[in-house]
Amino acid sequence: MLTPRFGRYLAATLCCATLLGAPAAHAEQVVVYTARIEQLIKPMFDVFTKDTGIAVKFVTDNEGALLARLKAEGKNTPADMLITVDAGNLWEAARAGLLQPVESKTLDANIPTHLRDPQKQWFGLSVRARTIVYNTQKVKPGELSTYEDLAEPKWKGRLCLRSSKKVYNQSLVAMMIAEHGEAKAEQIVRGWVANLATDPLSDDTRAMEFVAAGKCDVTLVNTYYYGRLLAKNPASPLAIFWPNQAGSGVHVNVSGAGITKYAKNEAAAIKLLEFLSMEKAQHLYAEVNMEYPANPRIKPDEVVAAWGSFKQNPMNVATAGELQAAAVKLMDRAGYR
Amino acid sequence: MKDETLSVAVQNGNTLSGFSRFPSSNRRPSSGWRLIPFLVAALVLIPIGTVLSSFFAPASDIWQHLVATTLPGLLLNTFWLALGVVSGTALLGVSLAWLTAVCEFPGRKFFSWALLLPLAVPAYVTAFVMLGLFDFTGPLQTALRSWLGPDAWFPEVRGRLGVITVMVLAFYPYVYLLARNAFLTQGKRSLEAAQSLGYNRTQGFFKVALPMARPWIAGGVMLALMETLADFGTVAVFNYDTFTTAIYKAWFGMFSLAAASQLASLLLVIVFALIVVEQQVRARMRYAESKQSARADRITLNGWHAGAATALALGTLFFAFLLPVGQLGIWAAGSFVQDFDSRYLEFLWHSLLLSALAALLTCTVALLLVYAARRHPDAATRNAVRIATLGYALPGTVLAVGMFVPLAGLDNWLGEMALQLFQIETGLLIQGTLAIMLLAYMTRFLAVSHSPIDSAMRRITGSIDEAAMSLGLNGWAMLRRVHLPILKSGIFTAATLVFVDVMKEMPITLMTRPFGWDTLAVRIFEMTAEGAWEQAALPAVALVLAGLVPIILFMRQTEK
Repeated sequence: MLTPRFGRYLAATLCCATLLGAPAAHAEQVVVYTARIEQLIKPMFDVFTKDTGIAVKFVTDNEGALLARLKAEGKNTPADMLITVDAGNLWEAARAGLLQPVESKTLDANIPTHLRDPQKQWFGLSVRARTIVYNTQKVKPGELSTYEDLAEPKWKGRLCLRSSKKVYNQSLVAMMIAEHGEAKAEQIVRGWVANLATDPLSDDTRAMEFVAAGKCDVTLVNTYYYGRLLAKNPASPLAIFWPNQAGSGVHVNVSGAGITKYAKNEAAAIKLLEFLSMEKAQHLYAEVNMEYPANPRIKPDEVVAAWGSFKQNPMNVATAGELQAAAVKLMDRAGYR
Repeated sequence: MKDETLSVAVQNGNTLSGFSRFPSSNRRPSSGWRLIPFLVAALVLIPIGTVLSSFFAPASDIWQHLVATTLPGLLLNTFWLALGVVSGTALLGVSLAWLTAVCEFPGRKFFSWALLLPLAVPAYVTAFVMLGLFDFTGPLQTALRSWLGPDAWFPEVRGRLGVITVMVLAFYPYVYLLARNAFLTQGKRSLEAAQSLGYNRTQGFFKVALPMARPWIAGGVMLALMETLADFGTVAVFNYDTFTTAIYKAWFGMFSLAAASQLASLLLVIVFALIVVEQQVRARMRYAESKQSARADRITLNGWHAGAATALALGTLFFAFLLPVGQLGIWAAGSFVQDFDSRYLEFLWHSLLLSALAALLTCTVALLLVYAARRHPDAATRNAVRIATLGYALPGTVLAVGMFVPLAGLDNWLGEMALQLFQIETGLLIQGTLAIMLLAYMTRFLAVSHSPIDSAMRRITGSIDEAAMSLGLNGWAMLRRVHLPILKSGIFTAATLVFVDVMKEMPITLMTRPFGWDTLAVRIFEMTAEGAWEQAALPAVALVLAGLVPIILFMRQTEK
């Protein structure tokens, strides 16, 4: 009997599998759900474990799935901490009641107010600046000024943009809504769309490659993508320009974390969160991915520092979450794919 | 006798209905079989039900917004993409299947298995590599510009035609595999029959061989279509907006899982309707098995016919496999030293184990499903089977959440009960176990295993059953001794497809894997999530190589 035997094997396998998956008792540990991928977060966890003896167990996934998961698991969730790579999803997690406020002198001292939740439910840990990158052979820095200026007719056929589906662009537009109001923001986005040299591209790296190859002259990217591209291809005729320095400053987003509402290892999780805001981990953020430290007392990595210092937009990054849905709708209306 | 069985294969709608195919009336009723499709359907209905139940949640503002802005364009995009992929995979898959199964041309033996290899390459990987090579910044266009000047014209590769081409290259193996299976067992015979009816070779192909292979072809095309409708990765690389784009935008962009689920349920309704229509047309036909020995004498192609056949096979293999995998290989060689470590063996082991277990489970369930539907060919059962195979049309992340949410609910309820009744803290009992993961895989890939097994089952005529029964074989004995040998190639096909599909699968693996159970696909996700595509090449190459294992095993089984 072939099939029933298969069935028995299957049953046996599933039993074993169930056992494998059963929670094992551990010494002190923190369980983390992270949308920041393994290569960019495990180095920090490793140092934390070495320093404190507290183990870190983590699972990676995309933000939407992690939020749905936390919501569904409710108070039985094994997760103590949620890490994302944008403020929008942290804002949404707080709004959905998945996080808890954390009172910590260390965090208050290390993380500037505009990079954390006003209710202290989450904290930005590294800064991701979204700025202008241009082709040095075709654009003089003097021609560039602001994000808004890229909507002017002089950039017609000279602009490349990444798809509006990426949260980085949604956050940028959300911040513009906060600053200028919807009508003006929509006008600016329409201007961008009218200036596009080619359909929006699937990622920041591609957009910069198009600028370097001469399809267009300028684009908007997160700086660490620029750093990576230059490391691989130092001859690229690309340079960074910091926009809006006379006005509101460069748009920044954060990769950050919060403690879950039903954390089982709350004390250890807060210890980890504090650790991530301190010197050792802050240096690592720059080292593994050329991001800017959120803690203003920590100097950025050498490579990153060479791009120059800039004025950040001081508006609280939570705004990006609040206005994200509005930004998505606005970009749909403006025909920004 | 040959001609009789074959001639009824041709459409014969007036006299045969789907109900009269099997002499089920004189069989003793067995309620166990009766229940199987409904149980499986109920299981698959868990995620689908979660998705459908969202229909009454308020999200009308998002709907209004979508209808007023992007939805019409998305629907049009989706329609053209679906049409393109359906006709493209049918054309390419059937031609290649016919050539390798029935004809003889230089390289036929090699191509007959090599043409399956693209199955192991995830579509979004092919998409990324192809764009890298052929888009504005790629080597081809760069070279053209340096010869012909900066304004050298080149067709827009990121357009509709580009997506369709990549998806056809990625999904044609579904059609190829199933159609080839059909042609191998009946192709040459059907031509002989056609000749005896006075048809020439071309007429014979279109009037007899093709209609006879219809359920296999339709099954393969349906898989390609469902895969296309559920796809997010490939269209994202092209920034080509489809219905799935709207689903993810509503969810991730506007934080409305409700609106996303509503859009997804609309997609399901459309797919369900397509399945019903396709099967209604098919139900009026009847198929018979013929001996496989007829394969011996093939139609030998000569001259430019042979050249064209080889060129088509080689061209397909080149663009669908050699080119993307070659590029991946070059990238992987670059990142091998810094990224390869012992963990890769663990990723590989997890990928292989999960795929094997999922293939085993999914094929067993599909076999039970097909068998139960055969014994009880009534409308309710058929609908249950259709529902049971719908999971494949649901975008992966939506299905993963649909599965996860109710299970977490059940887990919480169990924990609550344990606490109240026995005062013990259980935590999460069923979540984070491989069982849940396998169940979710099954929900997603049942269509993939059902299609080939179901097609193979159509080969088993009522007269075979009667003969077996007259020998005193019944129930399990009949399944094992009479049906399984005939179904063997269908089951192998199913297992291969599921194995490779599970290995490539990302959202369910990400969401339901227990701590530490990272696979090669998870590794690819980690790399590509932050745009490090070239580093993703290493796990991608490993995935392709691992995917070759079942494909080679499969070919050895069926090519004996």
